[in-house]
Amino acid sequence: MLGENKIREITDQVLAFSKADQTEVIVRVTESALTRFANSYIHQNVAENDTEVRVRVVYGKKIGVASSNDLSPEGLKRTVGTARAIAQLQREDPEFQSLPAPQTAPRVEAFVDQTASCTPEQRAHVVGVLCKKAKAQNVVAAGAFSTTATEIAVANSLGVFAYHPGTCADISTVMTKVTSVMTETGSGYASFTHQDARQVNAEAIANEAIDKAMRASHPVAFEPGEYTVFLEEYAVLDLLNFFGMLGFTAQAMQEDRSFLKNKIGEKVMDERVTIWDDGCAPHAIPLPFDFEGVPKQKVTFIENGIARGVVYDTPTAQREGKPSTGHSLPAPNSMGPFPMHVFMAPGDTPKSEMLKSIERGIWVTRFWYTRPVHPMKVLVTGMTRDGTFLIENGQVTQPLKNFRFTMSYLAALNQLRAISRETKLFYSDWGGASRVAPALVVDGFRFTGTTQ
Amino acid sequence: MKDITARALNVAQVRGAAYADIRVVARDTQRVAVKNGKVEAIQQDETQGFGVRVIVNGAWGFAASSRLEMREVETVVAQAIAIAKASAHVKARDAHLGEPVVNKESYETPVKINPFTVPMNDKIDLLLRADEAMRRVSGVKVARAEMAFVRENKLFASTEGSLINQEIVESGCGIVALATDLQTGEVQVRSYPNSVGRHQQTRGYEFILEQKLAENAPRVAEEAVALLTAEQCPSYDAATIILDSSQLALQIHESCGHPIELDRVLGSEAAYAGTSFLTPEKLGRFRYGSEVVNIVADATVPGGLGTFGFDDEGVPAQKTEIIRNGIFVGYLTSRESAHQLGLGKSNGTMRADGWARPPIIRMTNINLLPGTWDVDALIADTDDGIWMETNRSWSIDDKRLNFQFGTELGWEIKGGKKTRLLKNATYTGITPQFWQACDAVCNEKAWIVWGTPNCGKGQPSQVAHTGHGAAPARFRGVRVGVIR
Repeated sequence: MLGENKIREITDQVLAFSKADQTEVIVRVTESALTRFANSYIHQNVAENDTEVRVRVVYGKKIGVASSNDLSPEGLKRTVGTARAIAQLQREDPEFQSLPAPQTAPRVEAFVDQTASCTPEQRAHVVGVLCKKAKAQNVVAAGAFSTTATEIAVANSLGVFAYHPGTCADISTVMTKVTSVMTETGSGYASFTHQDARQVNAEAIANEAIDKAMRASHPVAFEPGEYTVFLEEYAVLDLLNFFGMLGFTAQAMQEDRSFLKNKIGEKVMDERVTIWDDGCAPHAIPLPFDFEGVPKQKVTFIENGIARGVVYDTPTAQREGKPSTGHSLPAPNSMGPFPMHVFMAPGDTPKSEMLKSIERGIWVTRFWYTRPVHPMKVLVTGMTRDGTFLIENGQVTQPLKNFRFTMSYLAALNQLRAISRETKLFYSDWGGASRVAPALVVDGFRFTGTTQ
Repeated sequence: MKDITARALNVAQVRGAAYADIRVVARDTQRVAVKNGKVEAIQQDETQGFGVRVIVNGAWGFAASSRLEMREVETVVAQAIAIAKASAHVKARDAHLGEPVVNKESYETPVKINPFTVPMNDKIDLLLRADEAMRRVSGVKVARAEMAFVRENKLFASTEGSLINQEIVESGCGIVALATDLQTGEVQVRSYPNSVGRHQQTRGYEFILEQKLAENAPRVAEEAVALLTAEQCPSYDAATIILDSSQLALQIHESCGHPIELDRVLGSEAAYAGTSFLTPEKLGRFRYGSEVVNIVADATVPGGLGTFGFDDEGVPAQKTEIIRNGIFVGYLTSRESAHQLGLGKSNGTMRADGWARPPIIRMTNINLLPGTWDVDALIADTDDGIWMETNRSWSIDDKRLNFQFGTELGWEIKGGKKTRLLKNATYTGITPQFWQACDAVCNEKAWIVWGTPNCGKGQPSQVAHTGHGAAPARFRGVRVGVIR
């Protein structure tokens, strides 16, 4: 890691090199390592050390952006020069007003030394526990254990300087039950995310996935149709991802493609649903400011089923005469603002009770390869994976072959039966975002096919 | 850079590596995007660094750094070796690469017009002309146009003696018109030449000029608006469909390209990208498709986005058969997996996403070879069917069997003619059943090597650029339409 002082030296150098009217510099330091395993042994084991410097220069209303990972003074000068050359070739952006003025972002402690210094031996030890337990149960272990330390800093010529160091340990595994001729018969999944790698409980993760793999063995085909579903937190994560991508942003609203368009203040989901973004929540994987250095505001999207708002970056906010909520991505940004820290409020029912309430339904561990089919309906298709079961009279009775579903996630949150008391933290591969999701019971979930 | 590669390999050997390779990679990317008459983004990124791969105690280690300094090289090699030693604590067998591979050569993408020397104003003007042409059509809410260029220089060296220099250049572009109707809640898009941003090839700026973005912009915009009021694609349990070549390219990518990756077959991707239904006992005997289905993996086809001189293990680019007259006959392999399965030499498909990732098995250009039909003749030969064009959504299970695709546009075909525009067309199926129901493939006149610049796989995630040659093809008995 470079540390705040060294990063400030870099941002000061860039700002000094630039003669633009306004200049912004983003520094992202990444030290990450990932131990990957399959067939119950480590087959890929990697580490990476990188620092990106991204420079945005503004001449009048002309903007240029360039990036490099060459941190030498010559490299920084070259990057500033490239950004300047681009700006000079740019057309004026009539909407551009200014880079953000300084605001104070809260400091959120999210850096754990033991995660940053986690060794290959320590990761191999954790993976070794999973693989050993898998072999003992005659299942095959696969997965990955990553430890990442990052530093993100944003500075601009108006006086903004924001710095945040953070760590994340993330482990996931698929355990597969196989026959003597190596034919897969069923699989189970488990994952765990925390700022502190010491919190990874290899035994518990292995047990969860192995138990499910054993129970998922020899699945049977089941008629597609509409069923009540128990969606584990792993599956609900996907709903939050798509709401964030398709609806919870000012750009989607301004382009008439958000399902919340003209619905602010109206009831759009079950009254028990509350969803918000909070980049400062200390127990998640926080980032207290955005890539313009604007402090992240807590933004409520859905409150007791009623649409309340969306996230903004500076351009979308200025378009509506509002302040940015601190949800910009790095410039130049075609996607618009993005909610990186989405939380769904828990309910008051334990998962065990939720299961008992289902007379006949389907247990879904997680979704796979989901894609939007119709954005305004939040209509999504995808597959179930790693543990799909029939529920009868409040009990899981038999494993099922995986289904394809084609379902409106918006409809799903209007057909809610229960929200779990328990929630789970996820580190999403959607741009380093984190999510917190409960489990759900949803009626009328539409399965449109099965796999072989 | 050769002093750096030599030092890395020397340090690796001294520290006990049975095998080591190093790739020093510098990648420049340029992206220009316009939206609704405004230049939304001009971006130039450069990234450079090196990645070292070692085998120690029979296990793999990989480490990478952006700091191209001699001391850092030694640190990173030591890190890779420490990682390999940790891997060895949890290993099943020793890693073997088969026969040594030694190549000392260089390769450059043939380029007529270097895209990085074309004046930026020319690029902006071209995109703004296309953007304006789309916005002239009433009902278009958002018009976008973009170009992207990549130049990657890489030096590969191994302890076996390989030393390979390559420069790969890519050029890509695309336009999109989005039309919305808040009354009906309908959102429709049309893209050209392909969706998901752009079509891309390993060529120079001449590729951009050939696409004629501005000339196609009015049609694209008009189709997006027309789709708002088009009929919903009906649902059928068993319909005849004709896929245009770009949609067919993605069908090939998802349902053929991925399941033939031998690392998936052997379980390496079980926890993430998934495995494959094309298990080893099927090789040489499984009927994957009908007699008219012939698919090759060809890293040598000019312009393909998966075209190169050598893969990232230093193995020469090759053309190999995958499906011959409908029978599954070949995998994509690495040196280690080919050796493990007794397939002989690697067919050269190990590709890494930049300097910071290790190579994994990736598609090159997975091409459905042309058939015999003219497009017009195929439509005329179809009494009752649906033409589906340009991908809008895609999803497939982790064994690559159950898929569902949606396309931006559909045309009802009745009596051999396109009769009615259809919106929200989707189709679904099981991979071998679908390809066995292919009864016609169009000829080379309609054959295009499409580029897919966004193929995700691996942990940490890697994005590969792959190519897919395809001409329109007809499929019988396909389930169509599951939207409501």
